[in-house]
Amino acid sequence: MSVRRLAEVQPASFEFTPDNRAWADKQIQKYPLGRQASAIIPLLWQAQKQNGYWLPKPAIEKVAEQLGMPFIRALEIATFYTMFNLEPVGKFYIQMCGTTPCMLQGSDSIKTVLERRVGPPHKVTADGLFSWIEVECLGACCNAPMVQINDDYYEDLTSENFEKLLNDLAAGRREVKTGSQIGRVTSEPVGGLTTLTELWGKDGRSGPGRLPKAEAEPDHAAAADEKAYQDAQPGAEAPLHTQMSQSQKQRTGRPESSVAGTGTRTERPVEGEGKKADDAAQASTPPSKHTP
Amino acid sequence: MTKLIVDGTEVDVPAEYTLLQACEEAGAEIPRFCYHERLSIAGNCRMCLVELKGAPKPVASCAWAVRDCRPGPNGEAPEVFTKSKMARKARNGVMEFLLINHPLDCPICDQGGECDLQDQAMAFGVDTSRFAENKRAVEDKYIGPLVRTSMNRCIHCTRCVRFTAEVAGTSDMGAIGRGEDMEITTYLETAMHSELQGNVADICPVGALLPKPYSFKARPWELGKTESIDVMDAVGSAIRVDTRGREVMRILPRINDAVNEEWISDKTRQIVDGLKTQRLDRPFIRENGRLRAASWSEAFNAIGARMKSASPDRIGAIAGDLCAVEEMFALKLLMEKLGSPNIDCRQDGAKLDPSLGRTSYLFNATIAGIEHVDALMIIGSNPRREAPVLNARIRKRWRAGNFPVGLIGEAVDLTYPYKYIGAGAGSLSDVVAGKDFGEDFAKAAKPLVIVGQGALARADGAAILALAAKVAGTKEGWTGLSILHTAAARVGGLDLNFVPQAGGKDAIAMAEAGALDVLFNLGADEIDIAPGAFVIYQGTHGDRGAHRADVILPGATYTEKSGTYVNTEGRVQIADRACFPPGDAREDWAILRALSDVLGARLPFDSLVQLRRLLHERHPHFARQDRIERGGDLQALAAKAGQGTTDKAGFVAAVQDFYLTNPIARASAVMAECSALALDRQMRHAAE
Repeated sequence: MSVRRLAEVQPASFEFTPDNRAWADKQIQKYPLGRQASAIIPLLWQAQKQNGYWLPKPAIEKVAEQLGMPFIRALEIATFYTMFNLEPVGKFYIQMCGTTPCMLQGSDSIKTVLERRVGPPHKVTADGLFSWIEVECLGACCNAPMVQINDDYYEDLTSENFEKLLNDLAAGRREVKTGSQIGRVTSEPVGGLTTLTELWGKDGRSGPGRLPKAEAEPDHAAAADEKAYQDAQPGAEAPLHTQMSQSQKQRTGRPESSVAGTGTRTERPVEGEGKKADDAAQASTPPSKHTP
Repeated sequence: MTKLIVDGTEVDVPAEYTLLQACEEAGAEIPRFCYHERLSIAGNCRMCLVELKGAPKPVASCAWAVRDCRPGPNGEAPEVFTKSKMARKARNGVMEFLLINHPLDCPICDQGGECDLQDQAMAFGVDTSRFAENKRAVEDKYIGPLVRTSMNRCIHCTRCVRFTAEVAGTSDMGAIGRGEDMEITTYLETAMHSELQGNVADICPVGALLPKPYSFKARPWELGKTESIDVMDAVGSAIRVDTRGREVMRILPRINDAVNEEWISDKTRQIVDGLKTQRLDRPFIRENGRLRAASWSEAFNAIGARMKSASPDRIGAIAGDLCAVEEMFALKLLMEKLGSPNIDCRQDGAKLDPSLGRTSYLFNATIAGIEHVDALMIIGSNPRREAPVLNARIRKRWRAGNFPVGLIGEAVDLTYPYKYIGAGAGSLSDVVAGKDFGEDFAKAAKPLVIVGQGALARADGAAILALAAKVAGTKEGWTGLSILHTAAARVGGLDLNFVPQAGGKDAIAMAEAGALDVLFNLGADEIDIAPGAFVIYQGTHGDRGAHRADVILPGATYTEKSGTYVNTEGRVQIADRACFPPGDAREDWAILRALSDVLGARLPFDSLVQLRRLLHERHPHFARQDRIERGGDLQALAAKAGQGTTDKAGFVAAVQDFYLTNPIARASAVMAECSALALDRQMRHAAE
């Protein structure tokens, strides 16, 4: 980490979109009167999403004003949490995990690819497509090495498949797969199950990279939500969330203990997997425009 | 009360005490940086670690309540060790960590000699450092014209952050970043906008925040220290004047819980350069429209010649805002001897009448009493500008919760929320009728009504005061009506009955053209005296009064004389002399005594002691220092409510530019810079 300052070039103003504004009002209402400041992190986060994944000064001031807090208090929050980007980032913002498990599994080679393909960290490429930083553990160690690009995890990387991934993203191909890049489902053993082998591939939830049928369990609410979320992804050429066609029900039905191995279910990793259970809360999340 | 054993000594302290307070009660000394008894507890410096019997680790005593200590297995009182090996080692470790990033620049640091870190490193530090890496480097920040930063030295105690958020109420400062990259700053390095910002340099335990105007000027051990009283506003804050030779180097607050706790306003602290510039250091006489330097005898003779030809009722005297009681007393005696009824100490024209008794012009609730009131109405005042320290006390009460505040006058930012009732006397009449805020207010057991000079210094001032008295009501054992004065000399003047005697003219009438032949102006610079009269100005600075003067007699400022001042509560306080007046300037009472001889009306004292003896004979309460004498009640005043017409115009607070209210402040370059900054901020705010 290093000293973080606001970007030198700042937009003149910031306004929430009507949808985000309504969403923000809803967040504020969660807190009792006089405690509106508690909503600062969700609001800053939404402002950052709306503004191409970085937080400009007008946004910090707007949020502070909205919550009736001094500007310095909002700036404290924005500079404290590294998830708030104070400088513009690439359209594909890559957070590369360099913590021990990933490093042991070869994150150095991923870093080399990034340095060669994207350049030094914290710098946006000339075409505005990529920027990258090294981060601490993102909690997908079982599928190491991994990176997070915008809201998605990409796991089991090698320098080859990562290079290809970057090329696909740059070319705007929609068939980019999130999660494991070697076809394993969640965090099952690479070479197939060693226990409960009679279930291997039979329940549609595991197996050698077979995709479950999306129509198996139609769940309209979840499907609508999925669609809303996909719309929110960067542009129309956003990576296709092939894995996401799994029904909501299946995901929320998983026991808690398997959370650790949910590297592929990371639509909103920062909000935490636990929130996924809250259908209502998720349904209230408006589409956010990530349009760098 | 809870029993506790500290280093073998048993103490009985309230359960809500912290361990640190309990240890102090037991006489143990606990080092600390972040803990400050007037701020919230942060618990982040870890310097106050003590050993608590039964606890696995040392505990931060500032953040550990006595009630949280568990008794021993057989119900023994909890035991604390402040000098044990564990406690000592813990402090050693904390000190070593603090010094890892703290620069070793004590020889060039202004805090040197009065630095908490320096002192505590001597007591709890080790002689060497085991840290071989580079120290962290932090950019210095601009946080305003009064406080200089040297952020390498910051140890992140966050006292300044808590002060601006809690006491000053402006939330100017904050800590951005985190961990090693944490930095204390204002929002994007804007200037702080509190009138109490200078205090952050006082509470900073290291040399990170320092008073900017005092930078590299002196070392604490070469300064003479004199206890004094501030005259910049009517609060009468306790101050310490630090001098080197004849020069005042700086002014610091003293602790006086009844008045200023331990804060002082920026004007109080930083007018120091104003004491040295624009000074009148010799008498002047106006000849052919120009002032020329003269000797004392020349000046006195010129006055004597004019006085001789003037009839007594064509002579008058006005006393200004910074006068001590002694010189006003001397001037009053002189005017008595000359037979003139024209005297007034209310140059702003405030309609305060000392014949109604002391209660009618004092801040009766007292400043400390603000903490015990349960509703507040402010009438025609902006306490933030008129008395920032008192405003901090109101904010302190507001922070304690359940405190309705109403305001009649200008809608300004007071650092706490209030209900805006209206602009002028009309709204006040509504409140008297029990409408609007009046309803809540009537329910209060201890209501406080602050009446500012903005509501009194107008033609209908007396009628407004009567209405305010009615609103405040008269309750057994409680007088809520409180007049907030803006001039340090005013209450003393009213106590002396320095107001027009039978048939006399008041200040406004005296200043009119053709009203008088000779006007004696004792440091009154806020009044425009029309051309015509022969004006004798006795004062300290070449300011408005001196420009209009025909003879100038150079006097002494409050740091250069021993004087009695009465603050807005009616508290009698004595300021000591810290240094001498410049050049030929003399103490004011002595000038008047010498002049009286020339005028053939010799005053009956030859020394300050004799003067005071006479003063105390005539007005015994001046002898009772630090006490508040009451007199009269408000029944008569309240009975007059509704009589007399009131003007529709809204109240305008008496102090518009906080930084430039008196001749000393107007001579100060630092105050001018602050004023320009505040004006600029105001303009930008208005533009938005």
